[in-house]
Amino acid sequence: MEAVLAILVGLFFAGGIYLMLSRHIIRILLGVVLFGNAVNLLIFTNGRVMRGVPPIIAEGLDVPAGAVANPLPQALILTAIVISFSFFAFLLVLAYRAYQQIGTDDTDGMRVAEPVADGLPPMGY
Amino acid sequence: MLPFVGALVAPLLTRLMKHNAGWLLAAVPLTVFVHFAGMLETMSSGAAVSNGFDWAPSLGLRFSWYLDGLSLTFALLISGIGTLIVIYSGGYLKGHAQQGRFFSFILLFMGAMLGLVVSDSFLMLFVYWELTSITSFLLIGFVHGREASRRAALQALLVTGLGGLSLLAGLLVIAQVTGVNELSSLLASGDILRDSPLYLAALALVLGGAFTKSAQFPFHFWLPNAMEAPTPVSAYLHSATMVKAGVYLVMRLNPVMGDTAAWETILPLFGGATLAIGTLLAIRQADLKLMLAYTTVASLGLLVMLTGLGSDKAVEAASLYLIAHSMFKGALFMVAGLIDHEAGTRDVTKLGGLRSAMPITFAAALMAALSMGGAPLFFGFLAKEEIYAALGSSYAWNSVAIPVVVVGNALMFAVAFVVALKPFLGAPTKTPKPAHEGPVALWLGPVVLGLSGLGLSLAFPLAHRLLSSPTASAIAGKAIDVQISVVPHLGMPLLLSVVTIALGIAAYLVQDRLRAAMAASLKAIGWGPDQGFDQALRGLLRLAAGLTRIIHNGRLDVYMTVTFVAVATALLVPMVLFGELPDMPSVPAFRFYEWGVLAIAVIGVAAVVHARSRLTAIVSLGIQGFAVALLYMLFGAPDLAFTQFMVETLSVVILALVMTRLRLAPTDHRPLGQKLLDMTIAAACGTGFALLLLKVTQLPFDDRLSQFFAAYSKTIAHGRNVVNVIIVDFRGLDTLGEIAVVMVTGLAILALVRIRSKKTEAPATATEEA
Repeated sequence: MEAVLAILVGLFFAGGIYLMLSRHIIRILLGVVLFGNAVNLLIFTNGRVMRGVPPIIAEGLDVPAGAVANPLPQALILTAIVISFSFFAFLLVLAYRAYQQIGTDDTDGMRVAEPVADGLPPMGY
Repeated sequence: MLPFVGALVAPLLTRLMKHNAGWLLAAVPLTVFVHFAGMLETMSSGAAVSNGFDWAPSLGLRFSWYLDGLSLTFALLISGIGTLIVIYSGGYLKGHAQQGRFFSFILLFMGAMLGLVVSDSFLMLFVYWELTSITSFLLIGFVHGREASRRAALQALLVTGLGGLSLLAGLLVIAQVTGVNELSSLLASGDILRDSPLYLAALALVLGGAFTKSAQFPFHFWLPNAMEAPTPVSAYLHSATMVKAGVYLVMRLNPVMGDTAAWETILPLFGGATLAIGTLLAIRQADLKLMLAYTTVASLGLLVMLTGLGSDKAVEAASLYLIAHSMFKGALFMVAGLIDHEAGTRDVTKLGGLRSAMPITFAAALMAALSMGGAPLFFGFLAKEEIYAALGSSYAWNSVAIPVVVVGNALMFAVAFVVALKPFLGAPTKTPKPAHEGPVALWLGPVVLGLSGLGLSLAFPLAHRLLSSPTASAIAGKAIDVQISVVPHLGMPLLLSVVTIALGIAAYLVQDRLRAAMAASLKAIGWGPDQGFDQALRGLLRLAAGLTRIIHNGRLDVYMTVTFVAVATALLVPMVLFGELPDMPSVPAFRFYEWGVLAIAVIGVAAVVHARSRLTAIVSLGIQGFAVALLYMLFGAPDLAFTQFMVETLSVVILALVMTRLRLAPTDHRPLGQKLLDMTIAAACGTGFALLLLKVTQLPFDDRLSQFFAAYSKTIAHGRNVVNVIIVDFRGLDTLGEIAVVMVTGLAILALVRIRSKKTEAPATATEEA
């Protein structure tokens, strides 16, 4: 089962990275979302998968009865989902504000911090 | 340590006492001088004092000092001339706004230089070595308003600083080879260093430090430029003391590194070249200070050459010349400064007839020049006789060395008298300032130094016993008794001396023609290391700017490409190289709806990648997100699925809100080639991750941690949902951090949104106020 998921993860990564290599800020953002999902699935698959049984202990028992899904990756991913969502929201607003201010969504046009014609540093003493 | 304290109080004292603080501050070096002079008797018997305390015992570092004849002579010169210089600068910089700072720098330098010559441990030697470079930088750049000063200061710092690094490397090599890191133990180590295969490397590195510091050709160019400094600095640092640090180092290491073919070739070669070039360039100058500067270069070359020859006579000559040079050159520099100060110019062609206006200065200058020219009765004469005696003894390169030295000395003789006679004799010329005798603070130094040059040579038995012999012994590493007397006796040395003086007088008489000839030939060459320095610096800046433009070009897509190429390489290359590729997986028996979910996810990804309109992008992003959520649900992670559903819904909503205002180019802007490249990179990364995951899942799984959580979540944490227990209980602090992150991003988003509203409101309020 993991094999198929692994290939799916590869696809997610490829799609995300392809978008992130773009110069359009919005495509980069979409790519980041895909990338985030890919990483989450990577962790999920890494902890081995099994069908159906959530890691919940039945009433009256001290330990789960029989085999259950691995709880550890789930806990990690839960944190990751929330954090990546909040960053996605932040980046989105940031990109939006940058677009408003600079008037372009092309990363080559966003050069306030690194202007194109820097020229040579002063040559005197 | 005393000078450092002096440096601290100097600015304050100067504020209180104005220029008269010089007299009081001179007590500092004077105390040091007296202290060291008290040790003369002990040292003359060849004894050495060494002491210290632990600094960082775990690293084997000690703060230790070592004093023998050589160190003591240097220490006496530094503190003795230092005393006169401090007094002199009190008069020279009278009324200067930053005189206190100047005193502070000078005393700081003095402390560093004294530390350098008495250092025992390599580390101390290096630290003081660099300290002298830094204080020299500060002093050369003292008049920091002038560009020439700044350039000279930077040049001196770079050249000597790079040399310092070379010295450090050399000392490390020496420490590695011999296993000691103190000079005293090194001197006792015998032939270990000479026999080591690393000897040449150590020699080259150490000489790199010594040659830059002592301005040997081809590093000589920084020293004349350093004459931008106020004259007391030139007199003190750049003739009498600091530039001798390199010579000191060479002399210090002579017993353990000398007496080899490399040593006896490299040192005389560079020293001789420096001597020749220094004197030739000196005669070309018209500026008093520059003439003296080039003769200093030449003298340093002579000293290095003598040390390199290594015979007893040569070592004696070196130690005599070392003492003589410090005194007469210090005096002549002070005279040059005095003339400049009182007459307003130091261009020798514009000076003349000052003898009646400045009689004391004239007398001092004459004494110093006689010593420099090597006239009988003066200390310089002893040195010169000994030099010729050293060259007279058998030495392979004599046929080259003798003419070089004779011509060099003759030219130095000429320069000495150009400085000491030309401004004073002849018809009085009009100078920018009406010349008159300077105050006592100014002429005291040259007079004392000139007189001591005479006195030391007249009392030569005493001087030899206390100064020359111990110094020479320390250089040679064995007991040497300097014999030379002030009474000339017939022989080869005297003959050469006579030739020298005759040549010198001839050169003095035709000085103007010589100057013109040298200037013409220099013009013909047209390029020197000085311009080379500028070119090198400019080239460095250009290189740095160009490199920055390539690496740091400000294009996000380039950064991303590089990053992901690196990621793909890191993933794929080791896997292929070490044969860690996963086995071919078998197609698992999935249920049809599972295949369905997988297909939805793939379609979602593909749709996002190919989206041509905003709506398609948003919807397809949602599709892949929900497909992932479904996957979580299918594989036993309802909590994840639930969170993912919520997050995806929110994402889609926010995207829909924002994207309606953002323009999404309908087509991908990338040209086909770029597209293919990006696809290749992305595919490579994807394949890499997929293969890595396949390999990992094919390895045995260690589930101890998961078992732990499953076993204890009920018994310890009293929760039945294991995932929830992990999040809020076992990893509660992590979750707290996560909540903090979410909160901060929320605040940041709020701030971003608020900025906009403020901006749009701003004009409205402005008009209201108006």
